[in-house]
Amino acid sequence: MSQRPGAGVEVFPEWRDKPLDQVLYECRELLEDEEYPTVKRWREAGGKVLGHFQVHFPEEIAHAAGFLPFKIRGAPVDAVHADSRFGSYLCSILKTSLEIALSGAVELDMFVTHPICDAARNLAGVFGRNFEYPCQILYLPQNANSRHATSYLRDEYDRLKQTVEDVAGTSVSDDDIRGSLEVFNENRRLLRELYATKRDTPWAISADEAYVLVAVGGMIPREEHNELLKAVLPAIADRPARRQDKLRVVYEGGFCEQPPLDLIRSIGRSCYVVDDDLLIGLRWILEDVPTDGDPLLNLATAYLESSSYSPVQHDLRKPKEKMLLERIRAADAQAAIITAAKMCEPGLEEQVAYIQALEREEIPYFVSEFEENMTGFDGLEIQLETFLENILFD
Amino acid sequence: MSPSSSAETIVGRGNRDGADLFREWFEGLGVAAAEGRGGAYVFVMGSLAELLRTFDFPIVFPEINSLQTAVRRVAHEYLDEAEDYGYSPDICGYVKADVAVQLRRGAHPMGRIPSPAIAVNTNACNTYIKWAEIWERMYGTPTFTLDIPGTRQAGGQTWPGDPSFENDRKYVAAQLTELIELCEKVSGVAFDIDRLRENMGYANTMSLGWKRVLELNRSRPAGFNALTDGTIYLGVANALRGTEQGAAYFKELAEEMEYKASAGLGTLAEELYRLIFVGVPCYPLFRRFNELFTEPGGTFVNSTYLWFASGGSNLGFQYDLERPLESLAEGLLVSVRDAMDAMFFQTQILSDMVDDYAADGVVYHPIKSCRTVSTGLADSRRDLMESRDVATLFIESDMMDRRVVSEAQLKNRIDAYFEGLASRRQRAAIR
Repeated sequence: MSQRPGAGVEVFPEWRDKPLDQVLYECRELLEDEEYPTVKRWREAGGKVLGHFQVHFPEEIAHAAGFLPFKIRGAPVDAVHADSRFGSYLCSILKTSLEIALSGAVELDMFVTHPICDAARNLAGVFGRNFEYPCQILYLPQNANSRHATSYLRDEYDRLKQTVEDVAGTSVSDDDIRGSLEVFNENRRLLRELYATKRDTPWAISADEAYVLVAVGGMIPREEHNELLKAVLPAIADRPARRQDKLRVVYEGGFCEQPPLDLIRSIGRSCYVVDDDLLIGLRWILEDVPTDGDPLLNLATAYLESSSYSPVQHDLRKPKEKMLLERIRAADAQAAIITAAKMCEPGLEEQVAYIQALEREEIPYFVSEFEENMTGFDGLEIQLETFLENILFD
Repeated sequence: MSPSSSAETIVGRGNRDGADLFREWFEGLGVAAAEGRGGAYVFVMGSLAELLRTFDFPIVFPEINSLQTAVRRVAHEYLDEAEDYGYSPDICGYVKADVAVQLRRGAHPMGRIPSPAIAVNTNACNTYIKWAEIWERMYGTPTFTLDIPGTRQAGGQTWPGDPSFENDRKYVAAQLTELIELCEKVSGVAFDIDRLRENMGYANTMSLGWKRVLELNRSRPAGFNALTDGTIYLGVANALRGTEQGAAYFKELAEEMEYKASAGLGTLAEELYRLIFVGVPCYPLFRRFNELFTEPGGTFVNSTYLWFASGGSNLGFQYDLERPLESLAEGLLVSVRDAMDAMFFQTQILSDMVDDYAADGVVYHPIKSCRTVSTGLADSRRDLMESRDVATLFIESDMMDRRVVSEAQLKNRIDAYFEGLASRRQRAAIR
């Protein structure tokens, strides 16, 4: 792959040569830093940034063109500038995602959203009215069961690649994309390893620690993320942690707007979160994407054929409630926490099906709503602890 | 025909006949339900009625069923029932009203709705997809999402010959063949391309008429109110798409509007302000909401609703009946994409409407129930006001849920808006 502006620049050196707890602290600091220093460092080195809204984006295409693919996932900030651009009755992530761009905290060269929900699809129009750079909708196929969805998506990825090339001012070869596939394949393998650790030895890594390790991947070049994960995974395995008498729980509802880190920490204090759908877009593809043949076709095939599930994808092969039950069983979980972001229509609609399925299977569940900006968790924590105690002492 | 007899027979015919046709269509659904025939559940943005009718499916529009519960002021009963069942107060009210209709085994204020034999939805609204999943779960209904890629970026529509358009068209056409296979399987009726051709011919006549009707409202005074009369026409445009009756209705409606335009007949005795409506009507207060505008002399001359809720028929797209399937794919792509543009990228559309319809103001009405339509409206308003000197109003309520509709608050805002319109006019006169 040719060397591009920004490439080779280390944007997150703070974790280097530090013990595990300190590394996790640095990741948490980065995640909560409202100045997005890694993005700024990348830009200062001449690199370009492609911001992509939740849930899944084929980051390999942006990466191959030398962009920093930056996952736009909202932020726990006040929507000072963005609030007037939206009406009421909308989820928070829309507003804060625009806010970080309007406030200048994050400067982009291109923005891409997806038809994941009625609100998110509007973001191409909203961003496009506020910024000069290309603001697009990537039309991921919504008829996942069509025999023609893969070939359509391959060509849609090619269309995206052309825009990316225009913005980058460079051409992207198949070999460039293959190189990116290798980087991301490695990243996915490492993330799977992290989740296997969560599942098999949840006492070695808490819910919030695992979360920050995943989330920083959306803010730094994936090569750096790979280095970070390769360094911390053995350290987590060697961590002197003792197994506690906590219930094993699956957390569902973090596919788009993210619960506050403190909320994840609160949940992790009460139970072992052995699997979840937090930032599922970064873990959407479940296997290595082949690097031989047509790399865009391989990427499109993986999106449809080797992928996870979420309330924003309809696929007859993956009824969401069935997938949730599989997730619970595969993680050997004893209960489920079913949440939805406030005003998140797909999440709220899915809750009904999830609850009915869990009741049929007699799996205990806890239902709640959250907002990325919420600050008080005492009530929720007490309710959750009561729920868990009821199971423990049942 | 003398002018007076023309006036007697033509003026108001669209509303009268529209109401009759709509009632008859609903009665037909009741008959189908009584006979135990399952319906094709479809949506207004890309109903595919012209295709589905060839398989003898009764065509059911759950959106229309739901809004009728609001117009008839019983929506709250349905919403409560769905919320008791588990659905959040913060999701689409149309979905919840339909859930309650299904829980009531099709019982509806206008009759009985057949249960779904098949559900066909486009992706014009994501909630369509989530909604169809509910029938999948309730009944095991076969569902089909016809995925129609929309405009990727404001002003970035592509057209035949462009690789991106051709990729989209190929995808839509391929899905249509898959849908036909499914319809044959579900209905037991073999696909008949000549029936499709016939229905597409009716759809052509209807689309042409609809386009003309909208154009004719550029006349001053406007011949019809886009919010109230327009909703009646829209009901027929959807319910009777692809039928001989529907085609005839729109031919006659265009004739009525031609007559009114030439005779200088308006919908108001004195049209003081010409307004454009953006969003979805406030069905829980349908009549009164409109009166809040008409009493001070405002008429809605056009609306984005009449565009997107007709599935983009406003374009008047004409199918090529010599190559029906290819043309159906192209027509769906172009028309449904236009419907989506009217929701996601509407600033230029509105700016053009202001000119074409000599509008004095634009009324934005985002609603709690519909994020598709409402999410971008505040920013779109800001954008329009930066580029155009036009008076705008931004009022929020709902299309279903009277709990978030306050007539008094709406009236305050609307009265103030008209005061502003009046003072703008005075200032303009002084200059």
